[in-house]
Amino acid sequence: MYKIGIIGERDSVLGFMALGFSVHEAENASVAERLLHTLAKSGEYAIIYIVENYAVELENEIAKYKDVPLPAITVIPGMSGTNGYGMANIKSAAQRAVGADILFKD
Amino acid sequence: MAELRVNPTRMEMKKLQARYTTARRGHKLLKDKRDELMKQFLDVVREDKALRERVENSLDKFYRGFTVASAATNPQMLEEALICPKKTASIGVEYKNMMSVIVPRFDMNFTGANTGDGINYGMAFTSGELDASLSELNGIMEDLLRMSELEKTAQLLAEEIEKTRRRVNALEYIMMPQYLSAIKTIKMKLDENERGNTTRLMKVKDMMLKAQLEQKHGEEDE
Repeated sequence: MYKIGIIGERDSVLGFMALGFSVHEAENASVAERLLHTLAKSGEYAIIYIVENYAVELENEIAKYKDVPLPAITVIPGMSGTNGYGMANIKSAAQRAVGADILFKD
Repeated sequence: MAELRVNPTRMEMKKLQARYTTARRGHKLLKDKRDELMKQFLDVVREDKALRERVENSLDKFYRGFTVASAATNPQMLEEALICPKKTASIGVEYKNMMSVIVPRFDMNFTGANTGDGINYGMAFTSGELDASLSELNGIMEDLLRMSELEKTAQLLAEEIEKTRRRVNALEYIMMPQYLSAIKTIKMKLDENERGNTTRLMKVKDMMLKAQLEQKHGEEDE
């Protein structure tokens, strides 16, 4: 059995405690980076949610776990709402696969 | 394009022809694999996109409710209410083979005393908004999980598609033309040798005939 982790600033992640997630507060991106690697390398987590504003800064770190089956690192919007980064991720995956952006031509 | 340097022998040509046949078969198989991967990838991405839109909307609602709740509640009380959940979320992971890409599938389990809604506190010191926002969050649990699964699948598939595409292109545009041109070169060399041989034989035959004729004439003259 694996755990579900969530990394983000206090206000954004507090609510997830009630769901039984393992909540990790990070007051800045470098703390988030350290947490991310600790959680990912521990092997106990199958999913790590990370709040968007940190995910933007940790893009390269997150990319390191892109091609391994576990953990799945998923970006979710934080307290301040979404800036479209999560959607941009899907878009870039599509671009990587297809070679051109064919899905998001709105 | 770099030419393949080969010895112009029949042996070498046979070898190259065999390799060309294999390359062509591999190319066809890989192309089929790429097409199928692409089809599955597009399905996954479409579903993921719809799901993400829904999840982001719900999360937005949750955060709004939560902000109101945290404004209305004493921060210590709020933390106290949330810090000790009666359930723990854990996930079972199964692996699925999707066109030889191993993708994870998540299966949610809750353990603990209260595995229903996310409300594990007394109602006295917290506001109603907190209950509402938490039940909103509770409602999208499944979607969140599915979204993680789909995004991981999409990433893994994207990697595999990229690899396969490179292989297909390398076979189609580098390997196969190289083999073909090497085979052609050898064939031309061999044909040239053959023609050289025939001409030489004809020439030798001519010379022999000439010699014979001259001998005959010499004998008649005597």
